[in-house]
Amino acid sequence: MTTLNALASISVLYVLFLFGVAFFAERASRRGRATWLRAPIVYTLSLSIYCTAWTFYGAVGSAARNGFEYLTIYLGPSLVLIGWWWVLRKLVRIGRVQRITSIADLISSRYGKSNLLGVGVTLLAVIGTTPYIALQLQSVTLSVEVFNLATPGGAEEQSTAFWVAVGLAVFTVIFGTRNLDANERHHGVVMAIAVEAIVKLTALMAVGIFVVWGIAGGVSETLTRIDASELGNWEVNGGRWAGLMFLSAAAFLCLPRMFQVMVVENDNDPQLRMAAWAFPLYLMLMSLFIVPIAVVGLDVLPAGSNPDLFVLTVPLAYGQNALALLSFLGGFSSATSMVIVAAIALSTMVSNHIVMPIWLRMNEGMASVSGDVRYVVLLSRRLSIAGVLSLGYLYYAQSGGGAALSVIGLVAFTGVAQVLPAMLGGIFWRGATRVGALAGLTVGFVVWLYTLYLPSFGAGVIMPLSLFETGPFGIGWLKPEALFGISGIDPLLHAVIWSMSLNMVAFFVASLASFPSPLERLQGAQFVNIQQGTGGTRSWSQGVAEAEDLMVMAQRILGATDAQALFLREARRQGSETHLPAPTPEFLQILERELAGSVGAATAHAMVGQIVGGMSVSVEDLMAVADETAQMMEYSATLEAQSQELSRTAAQLRAVNDKLTRLSVQKDAFLSQISHELRTPMTSIRAFSEILRDGEGITPDEQSKYSSIIHDEAIRLTRLLDDLLDLSVLENGQVSLNLVDGKLEDVLDRAAAAALAHDDKRGLEIQRDWTGEQVWLNTDTERLSQVFINLISNARKYCDAPQRVLEIRVTSGDALMIDFIDNGSGVAPEAQDVIFEKFSRVSDQKAGGAGLGLAISRQIVTRLGGEISYLSGERGAAFRVILPLNHALAAQ
Amino acid sequence: MAGHVLVIEDEPNIIEAIKFILSREGWNVATHSNGEDAADVVRAKSPDVLILDVMLPGRSGYDILRELRGDAATQALPVLMLTARGQTKDREMAESAGASRFMTKPFSNAEVLEAVRALAPA
Repeated sequence: MTTLNALASISVLYVLFLFGVAFFAERASRRGRATWLRAPIVYTLSLSIYCTAWTFYGAVGSAARNGFEYLTIYLGPSLVLIGWWWVLRKLVRIGRVQRITSIADLISSRYGKSNLLGVGVTLLAVIGTTPYIALQLQSVTLSVEVFNLATPGGAEEQSTAFWVAVGLAVFTVIFGTRNLDANERHHGVVMAIAVEAIVKLTALMAVGIFVVWGIAGGVSETLTRIDASELGNWEVNGGRWAGLMFLSAAAFLCLPRMFQVMVVENDNDPQLRMAAWAFPLYLMLMSLFIVPIAVVGLDVLPAGSNPDLFVLTVPLAYGQNALALLSFLGGFSSATSMVIVAAIALSTMVSNHIVMPIWLRMNEGMASVSGDVRYVVLLSRRLSIAGVLSLGYLYYAQSGGGAALSVIGLVAFTGVAQVLPAMLGGIFWRGATRVGALAGLTVGFVVWLYTLYLPSFGAGVIMPLSLFETGPFGIGWLKPEALFGISGIDPLLHAVIWSMSLNMVAFFVASLASFPSPLERLQGAQFVNIQQGTGGTRSWSQGVAEAEDLMVMAQRILGATDAQALFLREARRQGSETHLPAPTPEFLQILERELAGSVGAATAHAMVGQIVGGMSVSVEDLMAVADETAQMMEYSATLEAQSQELSRTAAQLRAVNDKLTRLSVQKDAFLSQISHELRTPMTSIRAFSEILRDGEGITPDEQSKYSSIIHDEAIRLTRLLDDLLDLSVLENGQVSLNLVDGKLEDVLDRAAAAALAHDDKRGLEIQRDWTGEQVWLNTDTERLSQVFINLISNARKYCDAPQRVLEIRVTSGDALMIDFIDNGSGVAPEAQDVIFEKFSRVSDQKAGGAGLGLAISRQIVTRLGGEISYLSGERGAAFRVILPLNHALAAQ
Repeated sequence: MAGHVLVIEDEPNIIEAIKFILSREGWNVATHSNGEDAADVVRAKSPDVLILDVMLPGRSGYDILRELRGDAATQALPVLMLTARGQTKDREMAESAGASRFMTKPFSNAEVLEAVRALAPA
């Protein structure tokens, strides 16, 4: 037989092991290497605190007493996880976004951060959880007892419970109050719980396997035993089953410890996704061997044995001490993990909603100046943990462990389930108000207290026996277990139905009858809309809007024509005779959509809301408007910048394209011109050379004349080619300048002589500025002379005055200006721009040039650092050549 | 052969060459060197064959030809077009304007004679 000492040392070793796990996990998390701590499997296993000692031991007891009813306790959470996991997801997201620290915090925060609600939920949780903690302590002492065979209720048993409570308090204080911020999660604790989850599953499965294969002798033999037992004959009470399933589902959502591991300790959505299938699987494995253990236990153990302890007593009866020990550790794990998490959850609630508010009030004025609140909070949490565990221990010590385990569990479930309407209503219904939540909770709590909690101690213990028989003050329809005269149903079911339905009625009626404060509205909107972003579809109820008002507004936004067209179209569609449609919800939505196209969804909603009475603009709507406006402004600024850049690029591209097109056109025109200029003299040359070759009927005069034409045209060709090559060299910048010092007078002398040398039949008088020309230049005088020759030749060739006169004026200033002005009719204004282009001969072609002279001149002057332009406003054709002047030279 | 040929061309040397070649073969050759009044000259002289240059001072040969083709009196007048720009585009322009023949400078004398003979009504 395992001695108490051995058991104690094993327990202590196991607890030390858990300390180690928690410490290791906490340290890893602190070092930031906590990714495996956030693994979905750890989260899933941590949910197993749902399975307390009550389920570990009590499920077998329940099966032995009530048949398959124990399954409801597993089915409830499975249904929530599989079918309602979107509810959980919403809860979890709200918890993350709003930094919710507990279920009391959730309720308080949702309803305008009401501390009254926080206190209420906290009290409910403490009252509901204390018996539960006592239950865990009891289960541990009972299991110890099995090994120890100590006298029940003796001092030793009490001290076991006491030391367990102290040990758990120490563990919880160490690992549960290291962090202040609830969002810095308790990785150490969660990890320890996950390990315990594996221990209890392993233990229960091991016992089950031993029972099925070790005692019964196989699966079919076990099934035979089950058929033969009374278990199969248990009548299934449909109402009670449904009630229990509902209870366990509600408890799964509302139990403070479940809320702690499920919402507060949750890190991400994938954790929840895995839990949705893995936790039901875990529960299924946990429930797999319950019935075989119960049936075999009933068979092999003496009548009157406590079926709640079959998990321990069956292996012990067969001398399987090691297995019994493992089973003990499984039960121990179940109890301790529940107590630890419950203590953390409750201490957070007690500390945040009761202790801290009181402390702050007592130290009013001081709290704001002293920065040491952190210490106070931690101390308050630690004291709260001690307080919660003390309460549990006291409850255990006082109740003496009389009630059957599973009864306490169900009573507690019903108590915490009272939070459900306020919680679900709060996250799905924006209309839920603080007053409604308070009313629902109070009514539910009172009914629960009156019909279930107080009666659970037994008639005559707290409530006088007469109350059950005749009702308070003899009012029969107020009997605790037969409210409103409805009797004959299961007391638990009776309490569940009345407490929950009255709770919900009170919640809805009071919510509808009361007006939420702005903060409640804001929080309500944020809780309800946690998943949908802004711009979700919001439908309008039949409003009290006047179509005229809507019309006035629509005109302001859409413009009169569009608004009238829209209204008329909708009126016709409704079959209305007037030009205004009825403000049906459908029409309001259409109108809102139209408006949204102009002013954005949120603004449109707000504007329609202003006119549709009763739906005032909420804080959320205004915030959405602000958000949208900011986003739009940002977006439009980006767009504007982009469009500016695009138009800049487009302009550049257009310019480049224009230039290329222009160049291409110029190139074509140039080739065409060259072709023309070359082919024309060649035509004459060829024609006359053929005539001369044939020799028929040519007079000697003609022969001589034609030979001269051929000669002149050949020279013209050569000159043209020279000019083309010259221009090409100048344009490509391949020209080398021969800079020398020279006097302007000398350059002009040479140019005039050359220009007038060939024929002077035409006659051109040149008027010179002899003083102005006494200027020294440092330039390529040959090239400059070429320019002057061209200008003088042009005057000779194109001046249409009978007595041609070319005046050459010289002006010296910062630069040197030489103007060539003749007395002809000049160049037409529209031609003045093009004369410097290649082949841009303006007048008739008989002058003999190819039209390259001015183009070449411009290239030369540009190379010499000056410029040449047409001088408009003079009496005849006038050109100005500007050259840079070297002042040092000018001084000579 | 006593046909009348009108040559509208602005390059004096080319006029002289064409005139010499055609006269030697017995054609009566009239010449004109300005584009602006060319169409009127054609109507006044009503030649048997017209030789028309493209690049004329005052008005382009294509333009003159289009006007002649629009006029009932000169609609069927045989026209030999001469151009110094030898690109495909110029040939297409001449054809669309209604030229009977098209010739790129420089041409051979025999070619011109042959073309005029072919164009002249029998």
